[in-house]
Amino acid sequence: MSTAVTEQHGLRTGTMAQALNLALRDAMRADRTVHVLGEDVGALGGVFRITDGLTAEFGPDRCLDTPLAEAGILGTAVGMAMYGLRPVVEMQFDAFAYPALEQLFSHVAKMRNRTAGKLPLPITVRIPYGGGIGGVEHHSDASEAYYAHTPGLHVVTPATVADAYGLLRESIASDDPVVFLEPKRLYWGKAEWDPAAAVEPVGRAVLRRPGTSAVLVSYGPSLPVCLEAAEAAKAEGWDLAVLDLRSLVPFDEETACAVVRSLGRAVVVHESAGFGGAGAEIAARLTEKCFHHLAAPVLRVTGFDIPYPPPMLEHHHLPGVDRILDAVARLQWEE
Amino acid sequence: MTVLDHRNQPAEAAPVPGWRPGATAPRTDPAPLLPDAEPYRVLGTPAAAGTDPELLRELYRRLVAGRRYNQQATTLTKQGRLAVYPASTGQEACQVAAALALRPADWLFPSYRDTLAVVARGVDPLQALTLLRGDAHTGYDPRATRTAPLCTPLATQVPHAVGLAHAARLAGDDTVALALLGDGGTSEGDFHEGLNFAAVLHAPVVFLVQNNGYAISVPLTRQSAAPTLAHKAVGYGVPGRLVDGNDAAAVHAVLTEAVERARAGGGPTLVEALTYRIEAHTNADDATRYRQPEEVDAWRAHDPVRLLEDALRERGLLDERLVADAAEQAERLAARMRAEFHTDPAPDPMSLFAHVYAEPTQQLREQADRLAAELAAEAEAEDGTGSGVPGR
Ligand SMILES: Cc1ncc(C[n+]2csc(CCOP(=O)(O)OP(=O)(O)O)c2C)c(N)n1
Repeated sequence: MSTAVTEQHGLRTGTMAQALNLALRDAMRADRTVHVLGEDVGALGGVFRITDGLTAEFGPDRCLDTPLAEAGILGTAVGMAMYGLRPVVEMQFDAFAYPALEQLFSHVAKMRNRTAGKLPLPITVRIPYGGGIGGVEHHSDASEAYYAHTPGLHVVTPATVADAYGLLRESIASDDPVVFLEPKRLYWGKAEWDPAAAVEPVGRAVLRRPGTSAVLVSYGPSLPVCLEAAEAAKAEGWDLAVLDLRSLVPFDEETACAVVRSLGRAVVVHESAGFGGAGAEIAARLTEKCFHHLAAPVLRVTGFDIPYPPPMLEHHHLPGVDRILDAVARLQWEE
Repeated sequence: MTVLDHRNQPAEAAPVPGWRPGATAPRTDPAPLLPDAEPYRVLGTPAAAGTDPELLRELYRRLVAGRRYNQQATTLTKQGRLAVYPASTGQEACQVAAALALRPADWLFPSYRDTLAVVARGVDPLQALTLLRGDAHTGYDPRATRTAPLCTPLATQVPHAVGLAHAARLAGDDTVALALLGDGGTSEGDFHEGLNFAAVLHAPVVFLVQNNGYAISVPLTRQSAAPTLAHKAVGYGVPGRLVDGNDAAAVHAVLTEAVERARAGGGPTLVEALTYRIEAHTNADDATRYRQPEEVDAWRAHDPVRLLEDALRERGLLDERLVADAAEQAERLAARMRAEFHTDPAPDPMSLFAHVYAEPTQQLREQADRLAAELAAEAEAEDGTGSGVPGR
């Protein structure tokens, strides 16, 4: 994927939601074929205001309020992409993308392959995902493993404000379909960032914190928790590195393996269920590639294997600092 | 017994010339498919004189209590006591009258906005709120009142209602299923698939679309180009009916007719009730972004509680006693809600692992043990100097 961030904005302080909004705005200004569509993306600006002001600036054809039908939205986007547009689809909440899975799995992911490269689909599917915001049933799922398991899809998830902007611009510019997972509990976190500054491209993992004892490998909503855990681990004499994957597909094996080989100890952290989760793939891969460098098995800290709980209990489900520190302690492996 | 027996088709229905098996079957049902151009109304029309006074009084008491319930729940969200509340203020007539058209053995399939219908089915008013408070997904036993869980993913309850109705008919029961949904929900594939299945299976099911004008911010004109949502029935071979959703007596009459027609083997009906969402979509929504206050005010003038009050007064049925009783009942309910929701609930964390499977897997048992150990350590830390911060 190519980096398409060209416009100058200067340093600014903003939230991830604002960065995403700006990314859409800049992408639409830069390329007339970029169209946004979804439920409530118009006058309301989306329930999270990520599309705020787009209809006002670009008109209702470029930022389209659709009927309430996820399969219809994504299926329509397929046809639009076949005719040369670059649709950016908003799914309102993670679990409400499920009606569109048939379109995503059977068509969006496979069209390039099915047509021997004749019909690539440059579609970006933005999905707010994950818990921690006190949402009721069906508003907090983290479904990255389903998407990552589907060949043909890129799966991208920012953890910083700067990445939210940069990665979304790149995803929209990509000639392949991208499932762009937005960690909703990070939407309102503020940071200083420069939209004009290039970020690492999609497919490159970034070391957010160097360390010498072990590495926490994570992405999206769990990344700030890992950074907090690394800070807390200092008290116990651990100097933890934190690696932000930024995309699950492509998976940056090179960077991840280099860190794991040099430190010999790794914990993969994510909030979705552990069994069959993204962490299972990552841990297996790191073990296969780095076996002789490992001082302990690659451990996982994940959510429980349960349907996402009601909000009053979600803090027991989401991996917190203590659960990560427990795993770190177990890295002093003595069989 | 063949699968088609449940259709109760008249035995003498002779084959129509030109019809062959595999071609579209001719409809033998006399109910016309097209909805009337004007919504059906009772209150304020001569038909009001013919409605059962006891029914009107019962509707009145429930509407007044329902309005108070909506107000109190909305207040509780402002106080942070409910995670979210999608108010049905302005739509009370649809919900209450529809639920009252069912018999105890029938089933209701509500969506997230339908707490009043759920309460009208006999679910405890506080238990109907646990989903929205955030301590449990479904706070009531669906079998006890034959009320499915409040359904959040749009229109996904529609095929469930069809399947249940079909199964009931196969079992020889005269149970009817009623599915509630909004105008936006009629765009989802599940709505159309459900309607089609219902028609083909001739299932005893009724669909009630509460058309409140908006799906969050999207007005009906951007949702559907059909003349009415009731028209959507026609293409599936199902009768469509249009009713004033703020007229409790009319909703009750239309729903009762549809339910009893289904019970008698007459098949499904799609009813569209015209109403309005007075409040924002939920407390998290900003309705000023997409609609004008004048529009809301115009609908306030067509308020379901006021319409019923006027009709009762006209017939001399609105005595002071009824007004006082209804108000007191509503206040008692609100007081109960305040009392219950101003205490901090403490759902058991270990309940996370209950009911994932009939028998927990080995992995789940281990995860439960781990959480139990964490909780024990937390409790110990709290007794001592620990922070006791949950999740740490
Ligand atoms: C499949 C699905 N997509 C999106 C949503 C998010 N959502 C919740 S309510 C709502 C609007 C529904 O409008 P309508 O069907 O008219 O019912 P109303 O809220 O007006 O009662 C939306 C888009 C959802 N719950 N389910």
